Amino acid sequence: MSVLIFVDHLHGHIKKASHEALTYGAKIAEQTGDTAEAVVLGNVSEDLAALGQHGVKKVHHVQSDALNTFDSQVYTKVIAQVAEQSGAKVIVFSNNSSGKALAPRVAVRLKAGLVAGATALPDISNGFVVRKAVFSGKAVANVAIKTDVKVVSLNVNAFTISTSEGTAEVVPFNATVDAPKTKIVGSTKTSGKVSLTEADVVVSAGRGLKGPENWKMVEDLADELGAALACSRPVADAHWRPHNEHVGQTGIAIAPNLYIAIGISGAIQHLAGVNRSKTIVVINKDPEAPFFKAADYGIVGDAFEVVPKITEAVKKIKGH
Amino acid sequence: MKILVCISKTPDTTAKIAFTDNNTKFAEAGVQWIINPYDEWYALVRAIELKEADASTTIHLATVGGADAEPIIRKALALGGDEAHRVNAEPTESYFVAAQLAAIAKGYDLVLLGKETIDYNGGAVGGMLAELLDLPYIANATNLQIAGTTATVKREIEGGEETIEVALPVVISCQKGMAEARIPNMRGIMAARTKPLKVVEPANIEAMTQYTSFQLPPAKAGVKLVSPDNVDELVRLLHEEARAI
Ligand SMILES: Cc1cc2nc3c(=O)[nH]c(=O)nc-3n(C[C@H](O)[C@H](O)[C@H](O)COP(=O)(O)OP(=O)(O)OC[C@H]3O[C@@H](n4cnc5c(N)ncnc54)[C@H](O)[C@@H]3O)c2cc1C
Repeated sequence: MSVLIFVDHLHGHIKKASHEALTYGAKIAEQTGDTAEAVVLGNVSEDLAALGQHGVKKVHHVQSDALNTFDSQVYTKVIAQVAEQSGAKVIVFSNNSSGKALAPRVAVRLKAGLVAGATALPDISNGFVVRKAVFSGKAVANVAIKTDVKVVSLNVNAFTISTSEGTAEVVPFNATVDAPKTKIVGSTKTSGKVSLTEADVVVSAGRGLKGPENWKMVEDLADELGAALACSRPVADAHWRPHNEHVGQTGIAIAPNLYIAIGISGAIQHLAGVNRSKTIVVINKDPEAPFFKAADYGIVGDAFEVVPKITEAVKKIKGH
Repeated sequence: MKILVCISKTPDTTAKIAFTDNNTKFAEAGVQWIINPYDEWYALVRAIELKEADASTTIHLATVGGADAEPIIRKALALGGDEAHRVNAEPTESYFVAAQLAAIAKGYDLVLLGKETIDYNGGAVGGMLAELLDLPYIANATNLQIAGTTATVKREIEGGEETIEVALPVVISCQKGMAEARIPNMRGIMAARTKPLKVVEPANIEAMTQYTSFQLPPAKAGVKLVSPDNVDELVRLLHEEARAI
């Protein structure tokens, strides 16, 4: 029996979220006394044996031209074949862009119960109970999966990657692969240097910045921290920043290690997308801003004076 | 073109979150219900725009919910749906909902839904429905154009966006970017009263998962305020105490 982890990659480069999923899946296998195995579809430029560092023993590699573009229907059938052959009783995805399309499909195909967006290891002391955030991070729920086969997708940044010595056996897997019905006709990279959903540090600003021309100081701080940029909804609605930077209940939900909010009031709908961040820093000139209630650290002050000083202080500490 | 938009009822974004029955049930008392924002603002409004561009398009709505979901469905009709189906069952989990919707969702060119609901945040119904219908599925779409029988869809990926072409029929979950929110007008509200709302009894589907208990997140220890004249101290705390930089 195995715990099978889906390894997602973009143009052959394995995503950070996949390393989290691998670590998580290997830990589940330890709990259940099964073997952790991984499945990789399409061409990858990285050394797959090295995935053993996260605790997986075997990597099933399925290669076919049809797998070099992501198609949830085609991928699902292939993953199901691997899962059936390796006797997988738990299948793990990252709850990232690919996992969101795949995990539900695979669950239906394997008649397996799904918990999407797990934030911790399952409790297997009495069944298989998975913890996840609900009500946009305003509560957590315990969800029992009642089927024999179980599918879990792990929230991005919810689990720390661990590595140790170890190599995995890489075995080619011969699967029946359908022709995809979807065709990727273009792709664009977003302006930011770091992917917002995967970022460790996010620097975010709101309407307090008064206008798009004032973002330079925010970008400078983000650059210094290697952080991704984000913004509140009115900022995106006013087209000061692109909509893919809008975080919150109706935007993107993120859970970075550090979230720095500049000139954002901290409305409940904004908090709903960022409240799973590990450490929250708030800079706001209004001491009554609701965001201070959710913050770990705060400065009551004018962003235009404070932010450049923070950038300088970060430079100093990083020895730049 | 025939479009089906799946609609769900969620607590208002500002609703107080609390639980009853020994933390096993969401406390509904005093909660204001709304159409799940992703379903309304992005899936439904985009469907309405497509109908405005091509008058031969019809928009059907589907929801799984008790009679208390009807005001929500009427509002969706007022915004621009043509007729609605309500599967008369309390939604318990994504699979249960997807399986109920699958019985209705056959024969449409386009099935649209929001990327997730803001209560249980599963984001799984779309993918499950696509698998049950054996259709292509594009999750987290930010743009949708239709030309003839081809859909061109943008979807969000890590650090960028992808543009995808797919022949109809297809299932698409929608998010920010798809459309701008609208408010129903008086004419729409009046018309909605007479639009068909069919109630169907649920299929016998066994749930695969069960929400066993809920908790509120632990309270924050409280904010540590640093003087604006001493930002070095903030950076030191982030470095040494929080180990965040
Ligand atoms: C259904 C629904 C869904 C929503 N979804 C989202 C969502 O997903 N994401 C989201 O962000 N919002 C969302 N909103 C909007 C949300 O309610 C707030 O309106 C929004 O978050 C406010 O953005 P803001 O904090 O940037 O602006 P404001 O509320 O205008 O706050 C600006 C803040 O900047 C401070 N400030 C001003 N000048 C300075 C200065 N020089 N230095 C420091 N601080 C300064 C002010 O004190 C104030 O606190 C939603 C609303 C609804 C109704």
